[in-house]
Amino acid sequence: MSAHQHAEGQLPHEPERATLEGRNKVLGFWIFLGAEVVLFGTLFSAFVALRHQVLDGPHASELFELPMVFAATMILLTSSLMSVFAVQAMHRNKVKALIGWLFVTIILGLSFLGLEIYEFNNYVAEGHRMNTSAFSSSFYTLVGFHGAHVAFGVLWISLLIAQMFKKGLTVVTAPKIYLSMIYWHFIDVVWVFIFTVVYLMGKVG
Amino acid sequence: MDWLTTVDHKKIGILYLLAGFIFFLVGGLEAILIRIQLMKPMNDFVAADTFNELITMHGTTMIFLAAMPMLFALMNAVIPLQIGARDVAFPFLNALGFWTFFFGGLLLNISWFAGQVPDAGWTSYVPLAGPTYNGTHGVDYYVIGLQIAGIGTLLGGINFMATIINMRAPGMSFMRMPMFTWAIFITSVLIVFAFPVLTVGLVALMFDRLFQANFFEVGGGGNTVLWEHVFWVFGHPEVYILILPAFGVISEVVATFSRKRLFGYSSMVFALVLIAFLGFMVWAHHMFTTGLGPVANALFSIGTMLIAVPTGVKIFNWLFTLWGGSIRFTTANLFAIGFIPTFVLGGVTGVMLASAPADYQYHDSYFVVAHFHYVIVGGLILGIFAGLHYWWPKMFGRMLNEGLGKLTFWTFFIGFHLTFFVQHFLGLLGMPRRVWTYLPNQGFDTLNLISSIGAFLMGIGTIVFVLNVIITWAKPRNAAADAWEDGRSLEWTIPSPPPEYNFKQTPLVRGIDAWWKEKTEGNTAMTPAEPLGPIHMPSPSILPFIMSVGLFIAGFGFMYAHHWLAAGGILVTFVCMFFRSVYDDHGFHIDPEEEVQA
Ligand code: HEM
Ligand SMILES: [Cu+2]
Repeated sequence: MSAHQHAEGQLPHEPERATLEGRNKVLGFWIFLGAEVVLFGTLFSAFVALRHQVLDGPHASELFELPMVFAATMILLTSSLMSVFAVQAMHRNKVKALIGWLFVTIILGLSFLGLEIYEFNNYVAEGHRMNTSAFSSSFYTLVGFHGAHVAFGVLWISLLIAQMFKKGLTVVTAPKIYLSMIYWHFIDVVWVFIFTVVYLMGKVG
Repeated sequence: MDWLTTVDHKKIGILYLLAGFIFFLVGGLEAILIRIQLMKPMNDFVAADTFNELITMHGTTMIFLAAMPMLFALMNAVIPLQIGARDVAFPFLNALGFWTFFFGGLLLNISWFAGQVPDAGWTSYVPLAGPTYNGTHGVDYYVIGLQIAGIGTLLGGINFMATIINMRAPGMSFMRMPMFTWAIFITSVLIVFAFPVLTVGLVALMFDRLFQANFFEVGGGGNTVLWEHVFWVFGHPEVYILILPAFGVISEVVATFSRKRLFGYSSMVFALVLIAFLGFMVWAHHMFTTGLGPVANALFSIGTMLIAVPTGVKIFNWLFTLWGGSIRFTTANLFAIGFIPTFVLGGVTGVMLASAPADYQYHDSYFVVAHFHYVIVGGLILGIFAGLHYWWPKMFGRMLNEGLGKLTFWTFFIGFHLTFFVQHFLGLLGMPRRVWTYLPNQGFDTLNLISSIGAFLMGIGTIVFVLNVIITWAKPRNAAADAWEDGRSLEWTIPSPPPEYNFKQTPLVRGIDAWWKEKTEGNTAMTPAEPLGPIHMPSPSILPFIMSVGLFIAGFGFMYAHHWLAAGGILVTFVCMFFRSVYDDHGFHIDPEEEVQA
């Protein structure tokens, strides 16, 4: 079953799994996410171990502004929903709709990033820098790492949109869309943990 | 050029072997220098700081740049062949993995020329490795070099997991996989779950050093024990990442040269899984003296001892495989048989160390050095030598010289035991590890001399191996497909060395030891599982090389705080990723029929 056969005409039911390459990619990506779970797990553990070590710097409960973080959370969760729509559009072979949903997804992703940058700026102004305390170091590393993942996702999906315009939906491009969407959900799930462990627990003390 | 762009797993295996072996020689040279320094009391052959650099670089090089890559060499050379696949799941990532390892290792070793060498031990314990006590760039080389090399390892782990799950030939169920494939599968799982922990540890240490973060800086609220946890949560599984593949090799070699089926196949599989699982749970046995308290110590102590059970299962199964077999004492088999008692000895001292109260005595003494070298050299390196001698004809189409091979074995084996056996007693007598020198007449003098002589003998063994390789190179490529005539698994059904596409037709597997089964039923070839047709191959690419160079440059940028350089290096890597994702590479097709006629 080669890539070209299906390129024109109708696409197979699950185009992302139509070829061995596609199946390999999907499986490999899940394994990669397994590694990412460990990575974030370790960052979380470090954060939890160090989160009360604030020295003279601000404490989490003085620092965090929950309404804004809550807004960011909602934005990211919504973007995840958009990516579900994107995959559904893909499965119905509706390229225009697919591109549209992808577009909404990255716009929301960018808004999330904007809020995060704004938030970090505020913190720095309040004397909460990378080198302020062990709490601040582990905070910026964990949350910043997640932010970097979001930024990477935005870049990735933008590239895919460009490819959609050029090549349309094929058994080569479909797995890429599918993977980027799993990735996006993953980022979202990690954020839910960050929201709980970092922000909510930080607010309660 | 061909070699810079290749994505063929067999060539990548050879690259891994070459690079890994060169680093093995570097690490070996460092070991010899250490042993010369310790040959007699109050020696000043090398300066005290140089000694610290030597032990750090020796340990780091041997584990990350020699042992692991040589294992990756074997996996690349053998796994796709054993499962009847044409390549690994992600050939491009495979090449990328090699090049990141290579450039990471290069970066680490450039430290010798920069004159600022890592010197905080291969465990890089803080605060010794932190900015307060280690102001030069030495540890930066460690942190960044390992980070880059680590990417390669992780990619390899993901790749082999996916390959083994998705690309087995028809009929090869999990319980029909050769033992080496099983071992690599479990190893890959361990890599995927252990290496990200190291990544985070290195990032945190890097942030402490480069951006004055406070993860491990006690003055800033940081915690040094956190480093120990993070390092050993990675570090202990790492030991199994090293030894499980060796177990796999031994299983193949012992079965082949006993001309018998591996005894207790399913219990061997079960033991592997159990060892891997327990391996993750026992990291704190490296921290008994840190002061975690009696409860933690007791639990980790018991957990560690439990590992002896599945390991014992494996040892007995190898012995039962040999039992009553018609054994051939080829070089490969000598290494395999030599492995068994040596590894048992390493295991026994392991159980001794796992006893927390006793560890207060052994800790940081030469007893520990003796223990881990019994496991790592006596286990892993003997295993690698066994594997190399065994699969050499498959990899290169030439048989290694058996006479020289046996000479390698005996010098290396005897040298090894001379070097490390006496170190148990040095440790029990109280000689601490990581010391530059010692006073005379404490009972250390003779034993140290013996140990050093043993080290030279191992060096000679290694040189004989190099000679053997060179001599073999000059001979014609005439190894048969089933080079040992007793081959059991699929790699022995295709020519040595295999053609680019490995299998002209994917074989149909009808049982454990697929090839042996066909032979006993009088067949001379595997039944094909597909019609003969054009074979799809991935195209070569220079991008993995350039991407790794980009990371290499970025590493220097970070280290010396040239931020434009760091950004430039990262940019190079990203631009390559961009090209890779935008230009779809459809590969090309080989027509095996045409090739046969040609
Ligand atoms: C072949 C694989 C080998 C591996 C993986 C290996 C690994 C290691 C490691 C991890 C260390 C600890 C370094 C530290 O504590 O920072 C070490 C130390 C050492 N190794 Fe090896 N080694 C190998 C071979 C050898 C050989 C062949 C020799 C001797 C000829 C040797 C002699 C030593 C010595 C003397 C030390 C210093 C112990 C100390 O004072 O801390 N090693 N090795
Ligand atoms: Cu351990």
